[in-house]
Amino acid sequence: MNIFYRLSLLIPLFSLLTHAQVQLVGTGATFPAVIYSKWFDEYRNTTGIQINYQPIGSGGGIRQIIEGTVDFGASDGPMTDRQLSDAKSKQGTGILHIPTVMGAVVVCYHIPGLGKGLNLDSRALSDIYIGRITMWDDPYIKNLNPESNLPHRAVLVAHRSDGSGTTFIFTDYLSKISSEWASKIGRGTSVNWPVGLGGKGNDGVAGLVKQTEGSVGYVELAYAIKNNIPYADIKNQSGYFIEPTFSSVSAAAMAASVNMPSDLRVSITDPPGKGSYPISGFTWLLVYQNMKNETKAKALVNFLKWAMSRGQALAAGLYYVPLPASIIKLCNNKINLITANGKKIK
Amino acid sequence: MVKRLNNHFSQNIGDLIFEKLTLLFAVSVFLLVILMGYEMYLGSKISIQKFGFSFLFNSSWDPVQEVYGALPIIYGTVVSSILSLLIAVPLSIGVAIFLAEVAPSWLEKPVSFLVELLAGIPSVIYGLWGIFVLVPWLRNSFEPWLADKFGYLPFFRGAPYGFGMLAAVMILTIMLLPIISSISRDVLKAVPRSRREAALALGATKWQSTLIVLKDAKSGILGASMLGLGRAIGETMAVTMVIGNRSLISTSLFDPSYTMASVIANEFTEATSQMYLSSLIELALVLFIITIIINAFARILVWSMSRKWSAA
Repeated sequence: MNIFYRLSLLIPLFSLLTHAQVQLVGTGATFPAVIYSKWFDEYRNTTGIQINYQPIGSGGGIRQIIEGTVDFGASDGPMTDRQLSDAKSKQGTGILHIPTVMGAVVVCYHIPGLGKGLNLDSRALSDIYIGRITMWDDPYIKNLNPESNLPHRAVLVAHRSDGSGTTFIFTDYLSKISSEWASKIGRGTSVNWPVGLGGKGNDGVAGLVKQTEGSVGYVELAYAIKNNIPYADIKNQSGYFIEPTFSSVSAAAMAASVNMPSDLRVSITDPPGKGSYPISGFTWLLVYQNMKNETKAKALVNFLKWAMSRGQALAAGLYYVPLPASIIKLCNNKINLITANGKKIK
Repeated sequence: MVKRLNNHFSQNIGDLIFEKLTLLFAVSVFLLVILMGYEMYLGSKISIQKFGFSFLFNSSWDPVQEVYGALPIIYGTVVSSILSLLIAVPLSIGVAIFLAEVAPSWLEKPVSFLVELLAGIPSVIYGLWGIFVLVPWLRNSFEPWLADKFGYLPFFRGAPYGFGMLAAVMILTIMLLPIISSISRDVLKAVPRSRREAALALGATKWQSTLIVLKDAKSGILGASMLGLGRAIGETMAVTMVIGNRSLISTSLFDPSYTMASVIANEFTEATSQMYLSSLIELALVLFIITIIINAFARILVWSMSRKWSAA
């Protein structure tokens, strides 16, 4: 144990000390922080229950739920089996993954003389990010875009430099569609990029792409829509070029929900279905299956149910993709499993 | 008589408390440094046990395979700091000489104020300026020009992206300039007036008397430079915004690079595995040790120089 670790565990305690009434404390992912703070605010207005959330990153969220210093955690990537067994041995209870909203990753680009609607497929993407395709008029890309006038210009690859759930979804997709990527680079919140420049945050990558002619990068769908950056249509498993929109991302989740593993720890990149956009994923809340404090357990369960119904309606306004009905049903089943000291919560 | 003794006694007590108290403060600084080093060592134990010295010499930083080698990151930190220092020091000394020796006082006051103002600007502002002004200029004008005129040198090869080592060095130079020059100016001003007057009285020119003043102030200027170097090594935000953030060792200044402080800031939040976290803390430990070595080195340099001066 080192001092940073211990200090980071103290963070939620400070907020506990300042309020005497029952309140829930959570930490974790930064990507859903905007919708979460909206949810917690709305929920406090309607029920009076305070939920304190600190967006310190998925790593911190997972560490703290394992150590038992928070009531819930949040993460953009699912916990590994090892982390789950760690949590079980330390906290004596399993951890449930509850998807809350979805995010999609879009491939944005800056090619002089080309607006929206560049077509890319999985091989083009992996070859660009491995560094094999280096010019925009590469025959392979030309073949995908017979109508576009692609310039003879070097491809500049941009990626995230900070650890991020966006990177996890993107590299997860590349690992699924390219065995070379899976063996050489793999999936993670940060990876060892073979080529390109790193920008800090969505705005860092978008800044690189906006400024540099011939560049290509990946950012959150929400970020791309808000900032009006041109992004590519990606060919999905069924062979259609799909524009990333709320409905095509939702379609991906629906297609993936058919074969959902029971713990909901699932990646939905490269899903089946004609209309599915292939690069998207969930963000999860991590909760204890059995909680020690009954009042808290009740508050948390009520909040989660609220988030699955009223909460979803707030998502789109903040550019998050709401969960499709089939996934909400699975989530509600999970929420009903939460107990307090072994007893069911009414 | 009694009263005086009493006074004396209470004074002694006061002195004693004062002495012990200040000693405690002084020792606590020392303890703090040791404690920091020890905690970082504890935090990085897993990584030290697994990688040993290969952590310092391996050049692959791969969180997916859980292989961590910091060589390119250490290289990026050291090269960006030293290059920026090499540019900033002569410029700063020039600024300091002008302010302390040449400028009339109506000009000196406002210029000194501006220099000190520059030192107070938050680094994220420098970073933003870097992204929106410096980098486009480097990409469109300066780097192509360098490649054209000096492209035969290995330092100016490759595609001019703007983002990269050169941008980081230039941002750091601008950030170091006010620190080094304002301290150097104070040091120059502290040299007794009589030294200048004596030199002038012996028939020295303005330039010759300035040289003498510079010699007197040498150790102080060196100390100022080392303070600047400390800032360059630890600078995080501005550097990470322009350096390109890829762990890569390249002779070309156009290529992206990475620094230790940037890696820690970028990756700490999402480091989920124990080994990853431990390696990041080891990186902090390496940064800590490098900073100590450089400071010790600077102390020794200052000390040996001032000794040489007093012997002469």
